[in-house]
Amino acid sequence: MGILSIILKRLGLGVLTLFLVSIIIFMAVNMLPGDFAQALLGQAATPEAVAAIRADLGLDRPIASRYFDWLIGAARGDFGTSFAQANFSAYVGENSSSNYGSVATQLAPRFANTVFLASVTAVIAIPISLIIGILAALYRYSVFDRVANVSTLTSISSPEFFVAYILILVLAVLNPLLPSLSNIFDGMSFGERLEKTLLPALTLTLVVTAHMMRMTRAAIINLLASPYIEMARLKGLSPFRVIVVHALPNALAPIINVVALNLAYLITGVVVVEVVFVYPGIGQLFVDSVKIRDIPVVQACCMVFASAYILLNLLADIMAILSNPRLRMPK
Amino acid sequence: MTNQFSRRTLLQTSAAAGLLSTMGMPAWAAPKHGGRLRLGLAGANTSDTWDSRTHSDNYMINMGAGCVFETLTEVASDGSLRGELAESWEATPDAKVWTFNLRKGVKFHNGKSFGADDVIESMKMHVEEGAKSAAKPIVSSVDEMKKLSDTQVQFTLKSGSADFPYLVSDYHICIFPAGMIAEAISKGIGTGPYQVVSFEPGVRTLVKKFEDHYRADTVGYFAEVEAIAIADASARMNAMMTGQVDAVNRVDFKTVPLMKANPNVEIIEVTGNMHNVFPMLCKMEPFNNVHVRQALKHAVNRQEMVDKILLGHGAIGNDHPIGPANQYYAGNLPQIQYDPDKAKFHMNKAGLGNLKLDLHVSEGAFAGATDAGQLYSNSAAKCGITINVIQEPADGYWSNVWMKKPWCASYWSGRATEDWMFQTAYESGQPWNEAGWENERFQSLLKQGRSELDSAKRRDIYTEMQSLCSQEGGTIIPMYQNYLDAASTKLAHGPKVGNLWMLDNSRISKRWWFA
Repeated sequence: MGILSIILKRLGLGVLTLFLVSIIIFMAVNMLPGDFAQALLGQAATPEAVAAIRADLGLDRPIASRYFDWLIGAARGDFGTSFAQANFSAYVGENSSSNYGSVATQLAPRFANTVFLASVTAVIAIPISLIIGILAALYRYSVFDRVANVSTLTSISSPEFFVAYILILVLAVLNPLLPSLSNIFDGMSFGERLEKTLLPALTLTLVVTAHMMRMTRAAIINLLASPYIEMARLKGLSPFRVIVVHALPNALAPIINVVALNLAYLITGVVVVEVVFVYPGIGQLFVDSVKIRDIPVVQACCMVFASAYILLNLLADIMAILSNPRLRMPK
Repeated sequence: MTNQFSRRTLLQTSAAAGLLSTMGMPAWAAPKHGGRLRLGLAGANTSDTWDSRTHSDNYMINMGAGCVFETLTEVASDGSLRGELAESWEATPDAKVWTFNLRKGVKFHNGKSFGADDVIESMKMHVEEGAKSAAKPIVSSVDEMKKLSDTQVQFTLKSGSADFPYLVSDYHICIFPAGMIAEAISKGIGTGPYQVVSFEPGVRTLVKKFEDHYRADTVGYFAEVEAIAIADASARMNAMMTGQVDAVNRVDFKTVPLMKANPNVEIIEVTGNMHNVFPMLCKMEPFNNVHVRQALKHAVNRQEMVDKILLGHGAIGNDHPIGPANQYYAGNLPQIQYDPDKAKFHMNKAGLGNLKLDLHVSEGAFAGATDAGQLYSNSAAKCGITINVIQEPADGYWSNVWMKKPWCASYWSGRATEDWMFQTAYESGQPWNEAGWENERFQSLLKQGRSELDSAKRRDIYTEMQSLCSQEGGTIIPMYQNYLDAASTKLAHGPKVGNLWMLDNSRISKRWWFA
């Protein structure tokens, strides 16, 4: 009963969070100067042309009615048509079966790209951070520990674009090993895709490693003072075995939490890296859409971001509970 | 009157010359076919479509009129006008009725044959109910369109316009297949040398050579053209430096020395008509006073702006919008200089005491506008004029600030002809007449020049207009900004590179080839 009710409660709260996020984003985008019609027309914006576009898209209606229309659609899983492609979709014709210009068709490939980048990064970063973290705990206060700490802290303290440019300089310009452009597209083989994704993935690895590695180290060291660890040591077990078999299982909960948080970050927060490497992920679509005030796309992106945080945090909590018998049986 | 060279003969001969040059390549080059041209372009948007009426930024101009579509006429790299889908054209002596002879044997990408109906329907797209076309003013100057035969179209204009053949070279007026325009817009079906393979708005476009193109031997040498949207300037420059793209547009001025040091990169720099401006609303106080305008013209240090804002990649302006890429550019007019004494003299004449003005700027107006405003403020302070620079957000700038605030920053890419430029931004009653400067003589000259076919007379008319604009006009034009692109040294091009738009008038894909 325990874990299921927790999941349901959390999902309920998650839906409420999404609802609040959608209101805040909708209001925020509307408060920005300029709207889609003005952004699209730019210097060519005559009052008539602006009015024509607003009328086409229903932007002349009151904000509340626009929001509720969106909400009703979203509740049914229909995120509407992106303003950017609305012009276009009108030309495809009624007998066309494709739903060209819908937010979903625009978002889906971008989201898949973002998940791909996040996965490649995770596959590199999580094992590295765990291993360095465990080794740092094992040889704490040694030269290795200090070098690991200083170097990961340096990379997390540098702005992402700076890390990206350094990697481009070293791995693409001075030693042309990897491409600095990560413009992946449909129809690319997995190998090509991986090659193009490697530089942004390495950049992100440098950005997220410190957090995960330091949490691993701290959680393990924290446990080393416990009586049961002392017992294990007194039994004459090797320090490595003490840490991996005795300390690590109990340190998993905080580590999983940090990993989940970093995964959520990889899905929502990599805009800068995407721009630097021209990676067609959801972050760039989000920024492009905010720039032209394409509210349906902005809303959908935010829903994806918020859902990623909610679901990954939920997943982390569930896994933390499962990993800890004491939490499995709440009093 | 013996040496008078009539505009009409000029137009006819240049049309014929255009025809000739397409029939055989000149001796200086033997372009090779094949290869994939990879472009790294700024100016792509998620709102991009194949609807040429909405094209406004470099990316879609390059892919639309520059690859997939064709226009009736085109401005060649040397600035002359030549036929693209039109073979030749002629006008009645009052420049009111224009007859275009179309090319034969032209096919659209879907196999449909091209003819007069396509031209007429494509032109009408710009004036249909609710159309948001930027070419509306051009097409609405046409009173009647008549199909004389399958390969002949006649346009009767509301009033004479000697530049009409130039106007139809506008990248907005691409020719679509009649009866299936909606489909053509959704799929990108034109008559151009490249047909669409894939199109992801704001991300990437891939086009391949259209084998049935009527001039497949002399236009569009690449097997494929891939255009990658790269908004970030550093990413674009990196891609160029590491050879992942073959050409980029909008080179960051600061990186020019670095790019020049790379032996595989050629910097393409041309001075065209693109200019940065500070228009004053002449109907508002105090700009309705010509002495205030003249004081401000002498209070700006133009050379300093070219040196510091453009890092030397430009030329000083003289407060008229006609640039070196125009036919009747009056380069010998007296240059307005930075002169605090003259500025003070005009301030005294204006009799308004110490002037305090607000200048609204934004990076959305042109890159460096904020710094340019500060420089202006500094130089004007020495003339006893206080300029308060107000920084506006780039978002919504063109709707909320431009032409609303009495004095702001703006820019123009310039136009191929004098009349086109003046009618866009200086003619009374036009929507983008940004300064609203009313000068009877100027406006009557504008109308006179439009229907005049005599080249010598036109030169006189446009020189006087440039002079009037420079002396009394409501727009401060401190500088012309160069078009700065970069291309791989593996690419080859003709002896000249067009200076009307970036990347050889945005027609790099049609004109260049791999050496």
